[in-house]
Amino acid sequence: MASANTSTTAEHLFWKGGVQPMKVGYGKLMMWIFLLSDTFTFSALLISYGLVRYSFPTFEGLRKNFEFSTTWWPIPERVFEAVPFLHGISAPLVFVGIMTFILIMSSVTMVLAVEAGHRRDKADVEKYMLWTILGGFAFLSSQAWEWGHFIHGTEEGLTLANGTKVFGANLVQNQYGPPAFADFFFFITGFHGTHVLSGVVLNVLIFYNTANGVYEKRGHYDMVEKVGLYWHFVDLVWVFVFTFFYLV
Amino acid sequence: MAQHSENSEKIPAQTKEIWRTFWILLGITALEFLIAFTIDADNYKWTKVGIFIILTIVKAYFIVAIFMHLGSEVKALIWTVVLPCIFVVWLVVALIVEGGYIGLERLFFN
Repeated sequence: MASANTSTTAEHLFWKGGVQPMKVGYGKLMMWIFLLSDTFTFSALLISYGLVRYSFPTFEGLRKNFEFSTTWWPIPERVFEAVPFLHGISAPLVFVGIMTFILIMSSVTMVLAVEAGHRRDKADVEKYMLWTILGGFAFLSSQAWEWGHFIHGTEEGLTLANGTKVFGANLVQNQYGPPAFADFFFFITGFHGTHVLSGVVLNVLIFYNTANGVYEKRGHYDMVEKVGLYWHFVDLVWVFVFTFFYLV
Repeated sequence: MAQHSENSEKIPAQTKEIWRTFWILLGITALEFLIAFTIDADNYKWTKVGIFIILTIVKAYFIVAIFMHLGSEVKALIWTVVLPCIFVVWLVVALIVEGGYIGLERLFFN
């Protein structure tokens, strides 16, 4: 059968991919395919957030009169307005802006590490990998603080229709709005945070191997590039989470 | 051996484009904050949402094309990554519309 095929198919119709059909190494191509699948996972999460959000009513009145209620969806900038060490001061979106800056900055140091890898400059790769790891830890600590604040809630809390008070948010009750809002917050930022955490672990591994001269011996720093792709993806996801969870 | 190559061939770093992209990303984020606090959300809610979505896509383009280097890859790889994302666009439209219907159902049965 196979021989019959080859005899009837014109020569120019065979693909002949060669060693690198897409002009990248196998590992890098597979990293792209993995990131594509991860894109679908994160899209599914953010889109289901959109679905549930628009199944709930929005606050009818003017923004300045906004009040928290479990009936309607909260305005995010009213929920996330706390900053560490500035207790009681309303600074909407400032802290999340700092977190965004940290992540963009660590993405820059990562791409600088990749660039240093192209030059095979071991010292520079080490330096920039350390900065990237530091940025990852800074982001994770910020997120831990944000979660802590969200879980504990404000001093006033929210008084429900039956007179009971709710403080903070967990998976079943939420002082800022419908419980689904808190569920999505924990799930989406948690899933992203898990990605950041595994990214930090990978970055530490890359730093360790670089410092031990593994890539120097191998003759190329392709691993830095592959892990770099993952790290940028984590930053990319945050760009979308920032817009659709905090801004819109 | 390693020491030798380090000393003899020190190629200058080419970081100009990286920093340019960083300033663009930072600038767009700053612009988003400016819009979040200046445009009146009571009257121009959907204008605001539209601007945010466009700016987010611009940011995503710079991260993917420059930081992740996809812009310099071969066409086959670019389309392998970009084309499947059309399904995401379809899912957005399908499920947001569906969410509105679920909301209507809730109104009727409550």
